Amino acid sequence: MRPAARSGTERGADPMDALNALVALANFVLIPAMAYGSQLALGALGVTLIYGILRFSNFAHGDTMAIGTMITILVTWGLQALGVSLSPLPTALLAIPFGIAGTALLVLGTDRLIYRFYREQKAKPVILVIVSMGVMFIYNGLTRFVIGPNDQDFDDGTRFLISARDFKAMTGLDEGLALKSTQAITVVTAVIVVALLFWFLNRTRTGKSMRAYSDNEDLALLSGINPERVVTVTWIIVSALAVVAGTLYGLDKSFKPFTYFQLLLPIFASAIVGGLGSPLGAIAGGFIIAFSEVGITYAWKKVATYLLPEALEPSGLVQLMSTDYKFAVSFVILIIVLLFRPTGLFKGKSV
Amino acid sequence: MSGGDYGDRGNRDLSIAKPGGMGEARPVREGGHEHAAPGGPFLIGEAMTGGYGRGADILHSCTIAVERGEIAVIVGPNGAGKSTAMKAVFGMLNLREGSVRLDGEDITELSPQARVRKGMGFVPQTHNIFTSMTVEENLEMGAFIRDDDFRGTMAQVYDLFPILKEKRRQAAGELSGGQRQQVAVGRALMTQPKVLMLDEPTAGVSPIVMDELFDRIIEVARTGLPVLMVEQNARQALEIADKAYVLVQGRNAHTGTGKELLADDEVRRSFLGG
Amino acid sequence: MRTLGLFALVAALIIATGVLQSWNSALIILNMGLVSAIMALGVNLQWGLAGLFNVGVMGFVALGGLAVVLTSVAPVPEAWAAGGWRVLAALALGLVAIVLSVVAWKRLPRGRRGLAVALIAVGGFFLYRAVLDPGVDAVEAVNPAATGFLGGLGLPVLLAWPVGGLLAAGVAWVIGKTALGLRSDYLAIATLGIAEIIIAVMKNEDWLARGVKNVIGLPRPVPYEVDLQASSSFVETAGSLGLDATTASTLYVKLGYSVLFTVVLVVLLVLAQLALNSPWGRMMRAIRDNEEAAEAMGKDVTARHLQIFILGSALCGIAGAMMTTLDGQLTPSSYQPLRYTFLVWVMVIVGGSGNNLGAVLGGFLIWFLWVQVEPIGQWVMGIVTSGMADGSAIKAHLLDSVQHMRLLTMGVILLLVLRFAPRGLLPER
Repeated sequence: MRPAARSGTERGADPMDALNALVALANFVLIPAMAYGSQLALGALGVTLIYGILRFSNFAHGDTMAIGTMITILVTWGLQALGVSLSPLPTALLAIPFGIAGTALLVLGTDRLIYRFYREQKAKPVILVIVSMGVMFIYNGLTRFVIGPNDQDFDDGTRFLISARDFKAMTGLDEGLALKSTQAITVVTAVIVVALLFWFLNRTRTGKSMRAYSDNEDLALLSGINPERVVTVTWIIVSALAVVAGTLYGLDKSFKPFTYFQLLLPIFASAIVGGLGSPLGAIAGGFIIAFSEVGITYAWKKVATYLLPEALEPSGLVQLMSTDYKFAVSFVILIIVLLFRPTGLFKGKSV
Repeated sequence: MSGGDYGDRGNRDLSIAKPGGMGEARPVREGGHEHAAPGGPFLIGEAMTGGYGRGADILHSCTIAVERGEIAVIVGPNGAGKSTAMKAVFGMLNLREGSVRLDGEDITELSPQARVRKGMGFVPQTHNIFTSMTVEENLEMGAFIRDDDFRGTMAQVYDLFPILKEKRRQAAGELSGGQRQQVAVGRALMTQPKVLMLDEPTAGVSPIVMDELFDRIIEVARTGLPVLMVEQNARQALEIADKAYVLVQGRNAHTGTGKELLADDEVRRSFLGG
Repeated sequence: MRTLGLFALVAALIIATGVLQSWNSALIILNMGLVSAIMALGVNLQWGLAGLFNVGVMGFVALGGLAVVLTSVAPVPEAWAAGGWRVLAALALGLVAIVLSVVAWKRLPRGRRGLAVALIAVGGFFLYRAVLDPGVDAVEAVNPAATGFLGGLGLPVLLAWPVGGLLAAGVAWVIGKTALGLRSDYLAIATLGIAEIIIAVMKNEDWLARGVKNVIGLPRPVPYEVDLQASSSFVETAGSLGLDATTASTLYVKLGYSVLFTVVLVVLLVLAQLALNSPWGRMMRAIRDNEEAAEAMGKDVTARHLQIFILGSALCGIAGAMMTTLDGQLTPSSYQPLRYTFLVWVMVIVGGSGNNLGAVLGGFLIWFLWVQVEPIGQWVMGIVTSGMADGSAIKAHLLDSVQHMRLLTMGVILLLVLRFAPRGLLPER
């Protein structure tokens, strides 16, 4: 209780400090996790749709995202060469429809050539998982063959919606809040895509027929629903989801084939935490995984410094785990959820 | 079953393979055409021979027919191929021999979806509703092939089964056994079929519910809709049957009106317990 | 007959490599083929005999590699003095916290146990970090350029192989207990996740095995080339065979590994075959083909599955230890799922699920192709691009991308086999 320590500003009691802490939290945890969560949710939606309707976990999903993003990047370069631009938005947004079309064609071709045979044989879903491993190898090889294994940065839009400096000037706070345009685009796009998807699944005849097929294949057949049409529509939707998720991730971070392959684990974790086959679960799972990954690997020192009195100020980084363990986080969350709810959070609300 | 070239080796891993909901049927492929075949009964599966996939034949030259305004029932011991015969009529398995004709057309080469369009309504024995969908969505899926306004038909179904109207926003999987059966029949009626095919509609329901279901089925038949039905409860089925088929090991053993078969000594001894 | 023919084909391929390329390349392929065969044997035990879907092979292989460092490298006394015991104490503390949480969960009444377990787990975590971090810092500060880790036990390197198996088995027990013990089976995602975690630990925990700084110069069970070249009797013998001393020494060393690996493979294969045809193997197949019936007969299916999952993972651990011994170094960043998990799956499916000899064959054949697709692709691409103008961007890109052909080829092979020979080259029975 030295009197000297009490002079000056009382840390932790100042309302500005609380605001600063909040801004720091938003800047380093909330905003990045929202963006990452949206990307994971879109990826997990694709996995969960395939699981619900085609009844297997698609190991090639990460590489479908990679190949779709690659097509988008190639078209983006083409558009840029033609001088087309969407400034201040990234040109890639214009290229996404082409990416979706290309990916859908590729994926439908794969289905005709490969997956359909096993459906006709009434192969067990596990066999389709092994088949998807083969497809994974091929897509992975194709992506690297065409665009190479290296990083590609294809974001040509305005970098920031709000830069840290502008924010500081605007608010007078010590802490800056940067909102990257790609983060804003990610969240907005994800909301639109998810709303469209839910409207489609719950309100349209085709969407309902997909849910019916997922629920009971033979009865769908008896109702006059054409299974092959359901499967085709599913692959098209999944292609769209994969390309949008992949492109948003690439814009927000960068495009590298191997990173996309590795996204498979957090994406599966999201889909399973939410309850495989449940679209709502996939979204919830995506955000749960993203927030825990970012939260647990974030160094909380900054936020703690604002909030705690000086005497209690942490000496270390207050980082629960190094960022290299982010996969471990998704995994531990997954195990905890499965221990308590073996069917995931949204059981029975299947596609 | 984990055998075959594409079996699962007993794998039960939920994280990679979705259990349940997978089809068992090996339906007739799409793309076949019907052709005119005038004469004969309204619906007939004639001299049908075949089985599932590459497995052994289950049906051996089996014939099933139903006329307009009639109730025809298929009875027989367990494993006699009763359900298989009905699935064969519906195109859920490939016939090696024989033909299926409906209303003056040969439809042997048509896929089940195409047969629905031709006016067949089929209620399977189990897994006959979409459990995760609401009652109303189940009925909507029943009307999937219809492009016209089907609200009138839905109202008729609700009239026939008032409880369904009450529960129309509930998931069908949450209903009781008898109610689920009503959803199943209602779903099949939504197409306004020319013939209704029921595979053991009373399996697993209580005797009271069974009687009620039989009453409803008779009610449906009175509207002029021919009904073809597989039944485990042979005596009750024969009582309401205009025509009856006794199958044994995939073959026609006895054929006649319900009354004739009830009176037949041999049928009574072997299937009706004396 | 078919078995013999196919194995003869693989032998011919390897010999052809020796004649056309070099005997050194042939022996490299043979040695890694032997290691791959053991990995495939392990996965085949799990998938072929019990239908268990292990997509974390990479993790068990990496654990085998870690075992080599922990067993054979000489200990670093300074590091132990600096903080080694503290690290060990922290690990023990972490273990105690986990055990306590589990016990508390099982013993305490329903009402408050959630809170209690959360308190134990969170408190335990912070305590663990508080004890661990200074110890780790101290250990990693000891001569970081050369050591910066605790080292191993300094035991003979051959001992590391069974240790690798044990380490993998231990981790498999934990995974199996959790994933197979859940009300539903979640083995695939569990193994996928744990493999990534094992690699992350090996990359980041420098005190353990230097992380991405790699451990090089691991002890070898065979003599060093330079020593052989210095030995006059060896040079003489080589000369009498018409070989120069350098080539002869590299061949001798590789042959030494081949002999050791062959012995291990043969022993494991014989054991696996005996197991397959024993009452135990028949029971496993009975469970696989009809789980309900087996359960009705009083077989504890989960326990049997756990058993076979542990055995299969142990084989992968042994193979991983052998591979790291062969490489002479541990490089955690070299572990990639495509190469160490999914490629092994290709081996098993191509060879024949459920057939041990098939898995071994698949191991050799797929490894051979994995290595040789690149030169073959280069040759093909050379022909394809020969008509193009020199210096054209497309030609350069095509030639440059040949290295990625091998992934594509593996996918195509897997799909072709699944489609046209779904039971593999050597079908079960």
